[in-house]
Amino acid sequence: MITPHRRPRIAVHKFSSCDGCQLAFLNLGEPLLALAESVDILHFAEAGPVDESADVDIAFIEGSVATSADAARLRGIRERSRHVVTIGACATAGGLQALRNLADSEAWIEGIYARPEDIDLMADSTPIAKTIRVDLELWGCPVNGEQVLGVTQALLAGHLPHVDHAAVCTECKRRQTVCVMVARGTPCLGPVTSTGCGAICPQLQRGCYACYGPAVQANVAALSSYLVDTGMPADEIARRLLFINNQAPPFLDAGREWQARVIQRSGGEETS
Amino acid sequence: MKVQRFLARDRFPSLLERLEEAGYDVIGPQVRDHAIVFDTLPSVEALPRGVTDEQGPGHYRLAASHSGRYFDWANGPQALKPLTFVPRETLWTSKTRDDGTLVFREQPPEARPTAVIGVRACDLAALAIHDRHFLHGAEPDPHYRARRENLFLVAVNCSRSAATCFCTATGDGPRVRHGHDLALGELDDGFVVEAHTDRGRELLATLDTTEVTAEALDEVEAALERAAGQQHRRLPAGSLPDQLQAAVVHPHWQNLNDRCLTCGNCTAVCPTCFCQTHVDTLSLDGREAGHARQWETCFSPDHSYIHGTIIRAERPQRYRQWLTHKFGTWVEQFGRSGCVGCGRCIAWCPVGIDVTEELAALCQAPAPAPGQTPERAPSRAGDSATGDIPGRQEAGDD
Repeated sequence: MITPHRRPRIAVHKFSSCDGCQLAFLNLGEPLLALAESVDILHFAEAGPVDESADVDIAFIEGSVATSADAARLRGIRERSRHVVTIGACATAGGLQALRNLADSEAWIEGIYARPEDIDLMADSTPIAKTIRVDLELWGCPVNGEQVLGVTQALLAGHLPHVDHAAVCTECKRRQTVCVMVARGTPCLGPVTSTGCGAICPQLQRGCYACYGPAVQANVAALSSYLVDTGMPADEIARRLLFINNQAPPFLDAGREWQARVIQRSGGEETS
Repeated sequence: MKVQRFLARDRFPSLLERLEEAGYDVIGPQVRDHAIVFDTLPSVEALPRGVTDEQGPGHYRLAASHSGRYFDWANGPQALKPLTFVPRETLWTSKTRDDGTLVFREQPPEARPTAVIGVRACDLAALAIHDRHFLHGAEPDPHYRARRENLFLVAVNCSRSAATCFCTATGDGPRVRHGHDLALGELDDGFVVEAHTDRGRELLATLDTTEVTAEALDEVEAALERAAGQQHRRLPAGSLPDQLQAAVVHPHWQNLNDRCLTCGNCTAVCPTCFCQTHVDTLSLDGREAGHARQWETCFSPDHSYIHGTIIRAERPQRYRQWLTHKFGTWVEQFGRSGCVGCGRCIAWCPVGIDVTEELAALCQAPAPAPGQTPERAPSRAGDSATGDIPGRQEAGDD
């Protein structure tokens, strides 16, 4: 339990990301002010305080590791932090920018930048846990501020944070949201996606796009059969799977298979 | 004594008015988000008049019914479950006093007298199962009881079945028999209203009704027969508990493993499933806590997490657990099967897994695989060639 003689210290670090997860934290409003009364927030660039080298009890990390400088900075944070909690898809799975892992990113750099030799880029955009030990991973694009707060409360009180691993469907049903797949035939990744968001998209009559990462037992093959039945072409299935959490293994494996089918098919057409 | 009266269609709004005057919040079916759901009913105008449903495995669509009736549909995604066993509620809160001691406070539910219009026979059968579990045990659930005892139920005899309905196979419908206060039989020009309880009779007496004709009664009977005749899904003959016990090792589980999403939708729409999980919330200073329960599914890995281990960690074990419990060990536990034949698990499974078909397959002896002996000896349980599942010994334990 973190009940030292001093107030608990918190830092929120940013790596390759859009800042959206920091904003989700900021958008908490009043609870964040209450938090600031009981802890010292030493580093949180979006909110104001900047002291990246502070020793802290909880370091929240947004963003993926993209450069060698990122990796070095991250190792330092690990040394100075008691608990490391990743927040969001980038920090937890490499993020949208990890789509470059699936492409010839060197060719992109050559094509875009006037002086490509100045670009220090690692081969892949990787999740934080690939570089350092992580104590807890929170998914989402962006992360759910309430969930971050709940985890903070649990860690400060010294008990294991509760993170719901049920599929989005479970949360839809708890909220009595009508299933968009069954009642409308809308493609939805909810059955293979972990809850945490509060099932926001189906409540707004749209399908889930899996921003909270794969459910623990995601049966992506079975869901893909459903997507095929909705008339979705193979390339779109691949795109849906290789999206925000494209590096999460169940999505990556299945997405690559669907990509391979597209390539196979277009190759077949060329020869015919 | 059975009291039957005829309520003309233009007098139907008076049923809602009398219920409201008697102090009830009235809940009824209405169209929302492309489905018929139960919610607060502002007036009869909100009822799904002229709307029907088309259902199949993984399929639910609304369509025009070309009739002026209010109840010309089979069922929607909800039954009574969300009203009695609510999806999420705080059970108690605690506070740390200045001297460091804890004080606990119960959080009783805010239950109000609630009348529900449009309840079906299958829903009432499911309610009886929940009553047995939540009310009639050694420790009745105060939250369930508060809501349950506040219910006034206006049931409807079904005049049509969806393709997913199979209440005739479980013996729970389509005729309303038990657990309601009033039962309606809908005709084009009005309703045969039958009172089943004292308060039902009292309410019926306040309505402007006429004597019911033999023709009207015949028409309700004919509609019930038609609804029953429309059902084509069946359950395997013989004892399902015995047959499922014999099918603990069966290649069909592997087939289900390939199709099942483990999303838990079947359990959430099932009117008798009542698995739950408990979650604590904490104030930032750690001095106040809330303890809530929420719907959980046996398909979630968290559900069977015990002391560092997930029991039934594999996907097919989860489906097997649900199916063998619902149709097998439930009988041992509650004296009847846990299925009331509403068909919701078939319609609301996104990939259309059909319990009646799965049971039929599981109750067939599996064809021996090439080069295999046909017997399914437990000693060979680890042999995946027979479609076995790791950890099979857990089946049926709860």
